[in-house]
Amino acid sequence: MPVLRPRSVDHLLELLADTPDVSVLAGGTDMMVEINLHGRRPGTVLPIGSLEELREWEHQRRAGTVTIGAAVPYADMETGELAELVPALAQAARTVGSPQIRAAGTIGGNLGTCSPAGDILPVLSALDAVIHVLHRDHSRDVHFSDFMTGVKRNSLRPGEFVHSVTVPVTRGWQGYAKVGTRNAMVISTASACLVHDAVEGHVALALGAVAPTIVRASRAEAWLSKQIDLRGSFSVSVETAQEFGRRAASETSPISDHRSTADYRRHAVSVLARRLLERSAA
Amino acid sequence: MILATGLDTRYGALGSNASRPDGAAKVQGGFAFSSDMWAENMLWGATLRSPHPHARLVDIDVSDAWKITGVECIVTADDVPGEPNYGLIMQDQPVFARVGDVVRYLGEPILAVAADHPETCRRALAAVKVTYEILEPVTDAERCIDGSAPPIHPLGNVFRHQRILTGDQTIVGEIQVEGTYEIGMQDQAFLGLEAALAVPDSGGDGVELYIATQWLHEDRKQIAACLAMPEDKVRLVLGGVGGAFGAREDISLQVHTCLLALRTGRPVRIAYSREESFYGHVHRHPATIWMRHHADASGRILRIESRMVFDGGAYCSTSPAVLINAITHAQGPYKCDNATVDGWALRTNNPPCGAMRGFGVVQACFAHESQMDKLAAATGLSPVEIRLRNAMETGDRLITGQIMDSVAPVARCITETDRIPLPAPLPENAHELLIPGGTGLTALPSNIRRGIGWGVSIKNLMYSEGFDDFSTARCRIADGAVHVKFATAEVGQGFVMLAQQIARTVLGVDDVFLDPIDTQVGSAGSTSASRQTWMSGGAVDAACRAVRDELLDRVAADRGLVRAELRVEGTNIVDSLTGTTIAVGEVIGEYDIDHTVEYRHPATEDLDEDGHGNCHVAFAFVAHRAVVDVDPDLGLVKVVQIATAQDVGRVLNPLSVQGQVEGGIAQGLGLAVMEEIIVTDGKVRNPSFTDYLLPTFLDAPTVDMILIEEHEPKSPLGAKGVGEPPCVSVTPAIANAIRDAVGRELPRVPIRPYDICI
Repeated sequence: MPVLRPRSVDHLLELLADTPDVSVLAGGTDMMVEINLHGRRPGTVLPIGSLEELREWEHQRRAGTVTIGAAVPYADMETGELAELVPALAQAARTVGSPQIRAAGTIGGNLGTCSPAGDILPVLSALDAVIHVLHRDHSRDVHFSDFMTGVKRNSLRPGEFVHSVTVPVTRGWQGYAKVGTRNAMVISTASACLVHDAVEGHVALALGAVAPTIVRASRAEAWLSKQIDLRGSFSVSVETAQEFGRRAASETSPISDHRSTADYRRHAVSVLARRLLERSAA
Repeated sequence: MILATGLDTRYGALGSNASRPDGAAKVQGGFAFSSDMWAENMLWGATLRSPHPHARLVDIDVSDAWKITGVECIVTADDVPGEPNYGLIMQDQPVFARVGDVVRYLGEPILAVAADHPETCRRALAAVKVTYEILEPVTDAERCIDGSAPPIHPLGNVFRHQRILTGDQTIVGEIQVEGTYEIGMQDQAFLGLEAALAVPDSGGDGVELYIATQWLHEDRKQIAACLAMPEDKVRLVLGGVGGAFGAREDISLQVHTCLLALRTGRPVRIAYSREESFYGHVHRHPATIWMRHHADASGRILRIESRMVFDGGAYCSTSPAVLINAITHAQGPYKCDNATVDGWALRTNNPPCGAMRGFGVVQACFAHESQMDKLAAATGLSPVEIRLRNAMETGDRLITGQIMDSVAPVARCITETDRIPLPAPLPENAHELLIPGGTGLTALPSNIRRGIGWGVSIKNLMYSEGFDDFSTARCRIADGAVHVKFATAEVGQGFVMLAQQIARTVLGVDDVFLDPIDTQVGSAGSTSASRQTWMSGGAVDAACRAVRDELLDRVAADRGLVRAELRVEGTNIVDSLTGTTIAVGEVIGEYDIDHTVEYRHPATEDLDEDGHGNCHVAFAFVAHRAVVDVDPDLGLVKVVQIATAQDVGRVLNPLSVQGQVEGGIAQGLGLAVMEEIIVTDGKVRNPSFTDYLLPTFLDAPTVDMILIEEHEPKSPLGAKGVGEPPCVSVTPAIANAIRDAVGRELPRVPIRPYDICI
């Protein structure tokens, strides 16, 4: 299979528009498994890792946002300034695979694969991330909620690719938790990200691996806003936290498979939602 | 605390932390594992496997595969010149499934292809058209007992049925506890995947096979029979082996590789992927064990009852021997005069099962140690007290009638383990990665409950039931140096190091050269059953002693010394009459001495109809105490500490024993909380390391160990095998600790998160 190395983003866009059956390689932690284990044979491969502009992230202080290039690896999110700005992203990135995998896998790759178990996707969902999509002939910004459309499906159209992702730098607690049957290096059985916006007085909760797409528990979020004034710091009773978890779990539609059962997944996200809410209040 | 023994305190002698001759290369990545082998003009081989667990093989059409450029050879059952079937105990497993016959498990080989590139192989396999008539798979072993399942093999669905009836069958205890326990299918999960390189002799009347295996000579016997060749025309050389744990006892790709090489007249290499490896080797038997203990009011065990059902999968492998190990260890390391045990090993359309570290005793131990905690609760005794009260001793009669004549420090294993300090409670500011859930950050210390659990075990050493179990070693003095040769498979356990230590100690030299490990010397038996330190160690020791004796004879004769006064001490020959010393290194250049010795352990017997007989050679014991932190709401577990005292006989290399103990504990931990091949309707659901979970560094506990050195008089070096015991009772210890933390029965391992919290 041909591997074409783009010299620039513009060149990449030309190649993407002109080459049939083309796959963008953004780290390869999914695609190489597909090729080596499952016999996938992409027509043409376009690796983007060498494009410096895609390996960078930027803090837009005035806008209060961070924009992360598609080829930024998990390793770069785990520690340092980016981790301080978006701590939930750092926590999620730390749960991905081994150090080798985290050095290779990227935010763009996680979005390109769009697995319901994608580790950083709940963070992007809870932060209402905006995904910058480029094409040779156009560009568009897509909200995360419109980006992921199903199990390993997204709204990218032929010739398009994810250039970067913008998330807000929030004021308030944010955190991520993931359940797996091993203490490290494990595929998510269920995961959750909670972001408290202390200014707007809102809590966002996104749940992973419990539905075909990442689930925003919007009904539970709305219910919580009616129970507690979430501006500034807040406290939450055990009963309210439990009910929040229960309501969040009821918004999911998990499956039973060889990794776990639907009942356990529903139960696990209720526990995670409750605990994350309690931590955000503490 | 680790004690080392040995009068010779030289670095590299017995008792020291001698470094391994293969160690640096393995750590630095320079060691050639069998998957690294390569030969000039080599072809690649690959295997087509059945996608169905049970189907009639109606037709194989290879015409399209032959059209692919680069395909050099395709072999099917019709191309096997000799025995069509192989097997360690029962020759019931086809080299390839035959048209008109049936496939009996998902992954059964249909044919093999050789081509110029792995990708060509892949395309060739994809181009083969196989027609199957799908049959209903038999996946419930119980249906093979009640006869409701049709026979799926001409030899029937029962590999072995054996009972043990001992003592008074009518005794009923004042206290009775019972349970039905389930053990999932564990994989050996060695890191070095199956790989072989076959090089045909010019003329094609012989073949040389470089192979990662546990027993070169047994492989050769089976390969030669299938190839219809005399054994001396099949020469095996040990390829670099990256772990085994029982998974390399059976033939996998050996015959396929040789057939392709002989047909093409070119070297052929086959190397499995991780996924294929799951289909290519046997696994630990899943088992269902019912057990009832009768005890008096003081907690003394009066009688055990048990029914054990082992699912052997499609082919026999070592199922009968695994079953016998399980039923004969049903009593655990405890006194018991009366027993009613019934065991079945059965054929189903599930993946074939066979040897894995612990070999049937792991399953039995999970049951009896779960029972011991129930007995403790029923009698109001502590888990330690109930075990001490029943602890077996040397001289006790086992339920098979055999007298325990091994050193049996069971009580000492328990008390020494009990004295190891418990870890501190989980601190409120514990590092987040050390809390159950690990990197997932699922819990705070306040969410966690701690539990403590015990497991104690007995494990037989060496082969049982009348097997002619021996090992061969050759020792030579030539060109002024000591050379040792054996066919002992070095699978990572470190025998190459131990052999050097023995030779250094016996012969008083520092340098010992090891000849290649191959079939150019007699059999060493299998690197299995915790037997090589005892067996091949015994053979190397005996060969070295024979050489030393002749050396001293000749030194005495040539120098006019009194033979009876000469001995080797350190690196010198000492004449105790005169006190003079001669360095061994100075004299060995004068002699050529060569001895080959076969070492045999004492003979054993078959079990009779009622399960009586001296079927085992020797035993080793170990106690484990597990401390676990559990998140009861999410069912996640972190094993904090394993304390263990193990009966090792004598420590020959402290670091090596430590490695075996820690490794065995990690493997037993895997079975306790995460390692399982999940099989549904005969199909493996998780044939990858993405979904077959092995413990990571964050899952591995602190191990605090005490090695109990009571030299075993029957063992040539005083040492007992240490490979298997560490992984036998750590699994129930962890299960008992989780039960202690959450108060559930949890009768099944691996214990899954939803078992704990749903």
